[in-house]
Amino acid sequence: MTALGKLIRTTAFKIVAVYLIIFAIFSAGVIAYLARHTQNLVVSQITETVDAEMNSLQEQFRIGGINRLVDVVEARAQQPGSNLYLLTTFAGASIVGNVQVPSRVLDRPGWSEISYRRAEDRDVTHESRALVRLSVLPGGFRLLVGRDFEERDRLRQILAAPARWALLVIVVMGIAGALFIARRVLKRIDGMTATSERIMTGDLTGRLPVAGSGDEFDRLANSLNAMLERIEGLMAGVKHVSDNIAHDLKTPLTRLRNQAEEALRSARNESDYRSALEATIEESDALIRTFDALLMISRAEAGEVRSHMVDFDAAEAAQSVAELYEPLAEEKGLSLVVKAAPPLPAHGNRELVGQALANLLDNAIKHGEPAESGAGDVTIEARADGSRVLFIVSDRGPGIPEADRTRVLERFVRLEASRSRPGAGLGLSLAAAVARLHGGELRLEDNAPGLRVTLAIPGQPR
Amino acid sequence: MRDSAAANPTPAGRGEMRLLIVEDDREAAEYLRKALHEAGHMAELARDGEEGLALAQGGDFDVLVVDRMLPKRDGLSVISELRARGDKTPVLILSALGQVDDRVTGLRAGGDDYLAKPYAFSELLARIEALTRRTTQQSGDTVYRVGDLELDRLSHRVTRGGKDIPLQPREFRLLEYLMRHAGQVVTRTMLLENVWDYHFDPQTNVIDVHVSRLRAKVDKGFDCALLHTVRGAGYMIRDGAR
Repeated sequence: MTALGKLIRTTAFKIVAVYLIIFAIFSAGVIAYLARHTQNLVVSQITETVDAEMNSLQEQFRIGGINRLVDVVEARAQQPGSNLYLLTTFAGASIVGNVQVPSRVLDRPGWSEISYRRAEDRDVTHESRALVRLSVLPGGFRLLVGRDFEERDRLRQILAAPARWALLVIVVMGIAGALFIARRVLKRIDGMTATSERIMTGDLTGRLPVAGSGDEFDRLANSLNAMLERIEGLMAGVKHVSDNIAHDLKTPLTRLRNQAEEALRSARNESDYRSALEATIEESDALIRTFDALLMISRAEAGEVRSHMVDFDAAEAAQSVAELYEPLAEEKGLSLVVKAAPPLPAHGNRELVGQALANLLDNAIKHGEPAESGAGDVTIEARADGSRVLFIVSDRGPGIPEADRTRVLERFVRLEASRSRPGAGLGLSLAAAVARLHGGELRLEDNAPGLRVTLAIPGQPR
Repeated sequence: MRDSAAANPTPAGRGEMRLLIVEDDREAAEYLRKALHEAGHMAELARDGEEGLALAQGGDFDVLVVDRMLPKRDGLSVISELRARGDKTPVLILSALGQVDDRVTGLRAGGDDYLAKPYAFSELLARIEALTRRTTQQSGDTVYRVGDLELDRLSHRVTRGGKDIPLQPREFRLLEYLMRHAGQVVTRTMLLENVWDYHFDPQTNVIDVHVSRLRAKVDKGFDCALLHTVRGAGYMIRDGAR
């Protein structure tokens, strides 16, 4: 019952039911129209026959008078399956004929539809219907010619039974069709519902069934599947990130904890405790920095900072960052060369671009070595390239092997060779996130020797 | 913490400050109150936005320290409400939301400074003191003086003991900021924000290099050092002779 109820509640069933009712009414109308038309045809045939008969009898009367008419009527009335005849006097007394009719019929000349009895029929109750025409002949004689409606009634019966059957078949087939279609549709929707319930419980690998017929359900299933694909990708990304975060935050946290434990266990005086606490604060500051950078990257990737895009001068930004890092380079014995000539209009988040450049420059100075030619150990360049603005930071350090270049853009990845140097390993991935946020790119190339990093962002829209 | 407070000599005219801390975390608020007390300041606490707004309107505070995410009424709306009523008390916003755009939103709402959690107390203290000084300082001063060091903001000339000290434009701005806050601790982040207009944390301490360059020009060859490093906090310029 519930299954049937469910079926009846379906949209498909409702649509088919309404369609069925409309179709049945229409069919009935067509049948009724045909029946009426056919009947009219029969009636007009009867009328024609009766008219012809009446004319012929009147002709006989004109030629041979009442006697001849009586003979002819008598002869014709005897024939099997004959028309109805009645000839009476002006007073209504029957002279000859094969029917008995109510007397009032004889007062109405012209056409009328009457009940009658055959003269030979003894059964008083048996009456038939007929269409008759009454003519008043000279001398007051009344001549009635008619034809039974039997034909019409038989035709009606012939038509009515199949019409009823036809209607029944239409209704039954309609219901069956409705149930069939509704069940088919339901089955696919049930499949979709079941799959989505499974997906909701956490199994993101599930996909909605696609029948391959290219119908609306397939299109719906395809777009939902594409959506699931995207969600699954994002979820995998999130999981990857949280795994990384767990790993890279736990390492310094462990160090932090170890330092505190170590101090508790072996510190002998206040200054021991003091230095242990200072180291702890330093370590937690580094943690916070890492955490901030991670947050920034994920925000940049989610596109949240997009609202703070402004027009700014790229050359000025490069100069400003270079100016900030120049003393640091000098302290390391490296020369820092800036190649940037304002105005160089760019569009983006100046703060984030500055941070990305600072990270790139910081890396370049950290890993850079004095150049042999003396052309500049570390260079930062800003220039236009078509509709884009390029920032190029290059150094003369060991560079990054080609095989590792994609990998270093991931969060926290630091090559084995640089493990011993300070830095959380987020600089390049942060710069890459900034590039993605601006719809640009970050490219790592060989500077032969050294590393050349290109950060491309859009210029100002003209 | 004690260290930085101890390193802070109390310059003439800088007395005890009255602060209002609007923070829903009891422990964090208590810690702040205690630390501020040790630094010589009085702090009152409010636990939610409504209480904070009521107290801020009633009391005569020197600085408000407002957390962004508060029960009942969020910090930013407290600040905009105060500003709408014409209250100009300096506000330092404290927030776990520390990204560039959060900062911009905070300052737009009427905050005077923005500090992301977790923070170093020395940083907070330095910023609070910078905020109060800002309101009492005569902004019309065209010449800053610390000891025998003079900085002319109009002619961009710096002299010490009458001797010209040539400075790069950025060095000039660095010294200008330090001198404006003479006698106060100025942190590295404050310098990065106010002199360079960057709000991120450079992984390497580039600021130290800039300051030591400046120090080489300002203090080298003179008997008494004016530019001091405050351990665990930042820098301070003051007349050491007094």
